Amino acid sequence: MNQTSYPLVKTLFFLCIVRPLVYWILGLQIQNRDRLPRDGPAILVANHNSHLDTVVIMSLFPIAKLSQVRPLADAQYFLKQNRCLAWMARHLFEIIPVTRTPSETRQQLARQRAFLKTCQVALDQQNILILYPEGSRGEPEKSSEFKSGIAHLAKQHPDVPIIPIYLQGLGKALPKGDPLLVPFLCHVYIGEPLYWTGPKQAFLDRLSDRIYALAQ
Amino acid sequence: MFVTLPPPVLFTLAGIYGLLVLATLVVYSLAASRPHQDFTELKDRMRSWWLIIPVFTLTLILNRTASLILFALFSFLALREYLSLIPTRQADRHVLIWAYFAIVLQYFWVFIGWYGMFLIFIPIYMFLFLPMRMVLIGETQGFLRAIGTLQWGLMLTVYTISHLSYLLRLAPAGLMSIGATIGGIGLLLYLATLTEVNDIAQYVFGKCLGRHAIIPKVSPGKTVEGFCGGLLTTTGLAIVLAPWLTPFSLLHAACLGLLISLTGFIGDVTVSALKRDLGIKDSGTLLPGHGGILDRIDSLTYTAPLFFHFTAYFYYPGQWL
Repeated sequence: MNQTSYPLVKTLFFLCIVRPLVYWILGLQIQNRDRLPRDGPAILVANHNSHLDTVVIMSLFPIAKLSQVRPLADAQYFLKQNRCLAWMARHLFEIIPVTRTPSETRQQLARQRAFLKTCQVALDQQNILILYPEGSRGEPEKSSEFKSGIAHLAKQHPDVPIIPIYLQGLGKALPKGDPLLVPFLCHVYIGEPLYWTGPKQAFLDRLSDRIYALAQ
Repeated sequence: MFVTLPPPVLFTLAGIYGLLVLATLVVYSLAASRPHQDFTELKDRMRSWWLIIPVFTLTLILNRTASLILFALFSFLALREYLSLIPTRQADRHVLIWAYFAIVLQYFWVFIGWYGMFLIFIPIYMFLFLPMRMVLIGETQGFLRAIGTLQWGLMLTVYTISHLSYLLRLAPAGLMSIGATIGGIGLLLYLATLTEVNDIAQYVFGKCLGRHAIIPKVSPGKTVEGFCGGLLTTTGLAIVLAPWLTPFSLLHAACLGLLISLTGFIGDVTVSALKRDLGIKDSGTLLPGHGGILDRIDSLTYTAPLFFHFTAYFYYPGQWL
């Protein structure tokens, strides 16, 4: 199990700020909440349009389970820009930092190995990972191509359930590039778990289809 | 925090809860005696009434400030539902936040009792301010549709509903009857009861006797028989309740019964037309069996302002309320 550094602050933050925000301002409606895993290891895979995505997914879990839920997030964006943001990412959201600057092939391979290693450690600790295969936030309710990291991860952990999640409305409430939060009703649709079947591209397509099929 | 309710209000509420218990028993025993028939929708509806009626009771028994906050919350839920349903432009997010802010201001005018501002704030000041803010953003593609839908939504979900909370401010109109000495609480209970009874009567008469569709293009479920049944029930109840809850004379009570029944129906089909245009059945999932909050307040959006101004004209003439 992962060791939370400020358990009280984290609990208060989720109880007094995140929950009211998610349930009162965004009026979150959840479909098939029972499909969420009770315990790790598991991988949650969702479409990505807003910073609220992680906040909403984490708010679905009971406070006692929160220390197990670990979002994967861009190290450059969340840890290197702003000290306040970095503190929140590290201690409240307990992100697993991912480096993703595209560079030389050899360096990239090493990064990929490091990424898989960190994920493996986290999954071995019974954690629940949150992963956005589209990479950075896109336009609301529009799909973009899935990155292959999730396929490598799934291949390495064929027994770990991968839960597709479709988030709707969050990209309208807090889109990329605008810090103003406007209340809109938001929905989260949780799908049936799936497992690695290979080959890589077919698996990515299947995952993408499963997520966007939840939208209907 | 709480206010003492006058006896006629208490008796009316007791009657409403009595009917609610009776209706629930009828629905559940019907469902038990006919297992092959599907009663899910009716059961859901009953369960939602068990939420709506206690919440409405709260607006009566809470003091004026707390009940004002509750009405502002209804407007917020309705406006959020409306803005989530209609297509909005991403560029307009900074305009929409002002529309939400208008809720706070509109109910603040009610709070301080600034009657003139309460009447003109949304139809004039917001009507002038929102397009200006939108123009400052500079996106002209779809401008007319964006500002038109926004202003209509603000009128529908904030302006009309705020009339309910202004009713609570009205002082007793005189000593003509028991009802006249009660003031705003009696008027609000009278309006809400008649509007909802009219909805239910139209639904029940329509289900039992309905043959001829009244406006098939907009709402195929609405029938002439249902409408007439609602009209008679509502007018009858309006005459019976008037001396206990309101200062209305017999003639005015009958007129109000007809007005609430007719305009409640119009409010209902207006929101139906909106949903039909957007290609959806229910405006939301907040109230199982009913749909969203817009589905429930649709008739009130017409009856609340009309009832308010009828009362103000005949019983508070020439007064700055």
